[in-house]
Amino acid sequence: MPIAKVNGKEIEFEPGMTVLQVAELAGEEIPRFCYHERLSIAGNCRMCLVEVKPGPPKPQASCALPAAEGQEITTNSPMVEKARKGVMEFLLINHPLDCPICDQGGECDLQDQAMGYGRDATRYQENKRAVEDKYMGPVIKTVMNRCIQCTRCVRFITEVAGVPEIGLISRGEDVEITTYLESACASELSGNVNDLCPVGALTHKPWAFNYRPWELKRTQSIDVMDALGSATRIDARGSEVMRVLPRTNEAINEEWLDDKQRYACDGLLRQRLDHPYIREGGKLKPATWEEALAAVVAKVRETKPERTGVIAGDQADAETMKAALDLFRGKLGIASLDCRQDGAQVGGGAREEYLFNATIAGIDEADAILLIGTNPRLEAPILNQRIRRAWSSRGVPVAMIGAEADLTYPCENLGAGADAIATFSKSKKGFAEKFKAAKNPMVIVGSGAMARTDGAAILAAAGKVAALVGASWNVLHSAASRVGGLDLGFIPSAGGKTAPELAAKGGADLIFLLGADEIDLSKSKAFVVYVGTHGDAGAHRADIILPGAAWTEKNGLYANTEGRVQRADRAVYPKGEAREDWAILRALSERLGVTLPYNTHDQLRVALFADHPTFAGQGFAPGKADFKPAFTAKGALTTTPLKSPISDFYMTNPIARASVTMSELSALKSGAKLMAAE
Amino acid sequence: MVGILEDKDRIFTNLYGFHDWGLEAAKKRGCWNATRDMLKMGGPWIIDQIKNSGLRGRGGAGFGTGLKWSFMPKEVKDRPHYLVVNADESEPGTCKDREIMRHDPHLLIEGCLIASFAMKAHVCYIYIRGEYVREREVLEEAIKQAYAAKLIGKNNIHGWDFDCYVHHGAGAYICGEETALLESLEGKKGQPRLKPPFPAGSGVYGCPTTVNNVESIAVVGTILRRGAQWFAGFGRPNNTGTKLFCVSGHVNLPCNVEETMSIPFRQLIEDHCGGVRGGWGNLKAVIPGGSSVRMIPAEACEDLPMDFDSLSALKSGLGTAAVIVMDKSTDLIKAIARLSYFYKHESCGQCTPCREGTGWMWRVMERMASGEAEMSEIDTLLDVTTQVEGHTICALGDAAAWPIQGLFRHFRHEVEDRITAYRTGKPHVQGHTLEAAE
Repeated sequence: MPIAKVNGKEIEFEPGMTVLQVAELAGEEIPRFCYHERLSIAGNCRMCLVEVKPGPPKPQASCALPAAEGQEITTNSPMVEKARKGVMEFLLINHPLDCPICDQGGECDLQDQAMGYGRDATRYQENKRAVEDKYMGPVIKTVMNRCIQCTRCVRFITEVAGVPEIGLISRGEDVEITTYLESACASELSGNVNDLCPVGALTHKPWAFNYRPWELKRTQSIDVMDALGSATRIDARGSEVMRVLPRTNEAINEEWLDDKQRYACDGLLRQRLDHPYIREGGKLKPATWEEALAAVVAKVRETKPERTGVIAGDQADAETMKAALDLFRGKLGIASLDCRQDGAQVGGGAREEYLFNATIAGIDEADAILLIGTNPRLEAPILNQRIRRAWSSRGVPVAMIGAEADLTYPCENLGAGADAIATFSKSKKGFAEKFKAAKNPMVIVGSGAMARTDGAAILAAAGKVAALVGASWNVLHSAASRVGGLDLGFIPSAGGKTAPELAAKGGADLIFLLGADEIDLSKSKAFVVYVGTHGDAGAHRADIILPGAAWTEKNGLYANTEGRVQRADRAVYPKGEAREDWAILRALSERLGVTLPYNTHDQLRVALFADHPTFAGQGFAPGKADFKPAFTAKGALTTTPLKSPISDFYMTNPIARASVTMSELSALKSGAKLMAAE
Repeated sequence: MVGILEDKDRIFTNLYGFHDWGLEAAKKRGCWNATRDMLKMGGPWIIDQIKNSGLRGRGGAGFGTGLKWSFMPKEVKDRPHYLVVNADESEPGTCKDREIMRHDPHLLIEGCLIASFAMKAHVCYIYIRGEYVREREVLEEAIKQAYAAKLIGKNNIHGWDFDCYVHHGAGAYICGEETALLESLEGKKGQPRLKPPFPAGSGVYGCPTTVNNVESIAVVGTILRRGAQWFAGFGRPNNTGTKLFCVSGHVNLPCNVEETMSIPFRQLIEDHCGGVRGGWGNLKAVIPGGSSVRMIPAEACEDLPMDFDSLSALKSGLGTAAVIVMDKSTDLIKAIARLSYFYKHESCGQCTPCREGTGWMWRVMERMASGEAEMSEIDTLLDVTTQVEGHTICALGDAAAWPIQGLFRHFRHEVEDRITAYRTGKPHVQGHTLEAAE
């Protein structure tokens, strides 16, 4: 490995590194604004200037300069110091002095670095530049006077999000960041530009003026809006979740979050069920826990186990499902439990059959990708940007079988219907040729393929394609609870009914919904007990409501689509009289006279780990990239187009549906709300 | 005799447009003569000849043209080579390339063919300034003529497939910077790229590219026809050849003239331009190489050879050899303030020091032009110029800083006088307010 000298200290580095990276390797901190390791290099802020020998006798932008053998890098010479102070002065002459009212205050790169390189007083006698604020949609608040034109937002939207809508217009000191004609930014990842902005020019509009960063209590958590389990940090003040920010997890979300994961948290304060309810005379009346539980007990006692069903929702944690399994199947002998409210015909076989085996990070190694019945842009935007990067940086060919969709990268459509899978497996031209020649091909199957009547047949056909080519088998779920539920065996046992069968007319007499709101119970005449958080579809249909806890309000385990088990810690307490879901089931079991054998959450976890050891190994993806699926299901493949189950990205769960920000985004997307330019 | 250069040694024999610019007339003047024989000598020979002639780039920086060509990869690999001719002549005071393009376009086209052949490029783009509409029309017509005569194009008589395209810019000064030019050529916003990689490694569309000034390319044919030694015989060592000088400002006959390098400034002015307005003694200062270089005062102009090395010894530069003469009636401060406005207006806004610094410098200069400034601001301003200079992506930052530095280097006293004069007798300026209040 080549060696360079940083401030006289020799350091080995990998070829291809920049001077800035080498200096960081040597432990020197280089100030920067425009440079970001996940974006292309702009080199325009000029803050990272260092002295490099051999080279011209002037400071050089270290972010853009390739490091070379024998280079002498100086980061602390008077020349460097003067250069950085000069740049800082230039950045500040036109930057407003509004730190006291700026939402970036306390976590502002410019503020921090001005402490190191700023002057005590200004030498600039002229008026500061005034720039008009821009409209960029419901999540980006702009105060353009503060902009330092680093173009991070432009590069993010263009390169990572793949929706080149933000740009730098005009020139010289008149340059301005804007969207085209001030239309709203239409990327699902747009919130990340607020994180990237090193100053307060772009800030989070939904959270404007709500908090100061130092007031917040930080809790490490994961996201439950989709099945990826992106790493998040939940910042709360008192009992209120103020914001959700990404944590770095290279294996999943790197450092991005999509707008739903980030901004749906205002839904945690709206439409909440903070009280048990019992339906009397067609109307829900508030009740005490004692009354509500007694009513449930009476109903359970009068209903036969085979006429009773339990459906777990998309955000149920493993502990809740474990307690439900122990109570309903173990103690009450109910066979009809299902965690697949969309009716996905997956699970029951080998674990690898329903996992994303190549892992999310494995997309970086893939050299051909086939999407079957999935629109990753809607089902997992974070995953979609990785596929986009595979295409943009390595030219990986991507094709899909399913309804036409704009995925932000070119994607060959091989046919919309399921029969296209069979056609494809026989094809020898075009994408099929590349796919078969590829070393690390990936098949990604989404819930659009599994959640339909011929789902099992589609899975079998897709599995055959994967096995034939030697492609890795990857299932992209769209519900955070799904893999955990399948791992626990939260599917009907012998003689049991699936969720759609339970919901059908006459399917059951008593249905427990564990936060399941995406299932249509309008045909069913069953008595419904809803355990959940929001006054959403499930609660509207419910006869008894037992208020539960959202994912921010309990300690829970989730297995993501890769089978990676992760922990979400409690950031705040459940609202009002609501209780953690497992505790509700535990209380119910006691009143039913079949007390569950755990009194605390820790005891529950011990039981969970004992019965299901996969949950004890947390944080790693167990997938086998060389797994060859062997589904046995038979059946005809229909020509009905494979459609993503998500039609409105911003409205996929009760929390998002309760969120004001999500409604705004949804209205904008559907065209219900006119944009500023119109 | 007028000047040093004899008529028989002029390269641009139709500089003033007295003759027809068309192909036949150009051929009579020697253009396209023996081009095929030159190509037969091979690329390395051509590059050697240009190196030996001592031709330095005519666009301002004065980098050896032959040396620049030799940076191109020797063999064409996976990516094609390109020649790009920088005809985005926007430096204030400079007006030489337009004369070449509208009166001697075939010299340029011939040069493009030879240079492309030497660098194994089959395609040449001529990026022409947005305001040069007539020049573009002539150049395009000339290229059509060359195509029709099979001098260029596929299967031409020279045996080197060669296409020449004219790209019309949109009139931004920054697009004269070679990498900004390439960006603009690619259809993007004209903003300079970071270097490295240099264009010879990754230029237009990421392919090896050489960017040359119009004049550098247009002289190539004649150099090869008459021999490197002939060209190297003019001027002083390291500053050889003939050069187009664009003399403007306070001279009696402002003109473009081809002269030998290193011609003394006084001779240039008096022989070709009818002398300084009001006589030599009325000379105050000269900007010798286009607005971007530092001015030099009259005292230094007496025996000054006009070439790269002697001018850089005076902390100025030959630049594009656009000589701006200013007599004693000139308000130097106002003149430089106007130049500062130009750079503020033309800054691309990409990198911080230039974006913020040019505006700052211009505003202070404007106040100094009227005297409405503090004495201490002079040093602040100079400090700001050093904070811009050398800290930017391209040389526009330097170009904005140098005129101001040149002004204060030689005429600081004038600014100080202006500030003092403004204050004198004005009760509302600082220092007098106290008295009034008492």
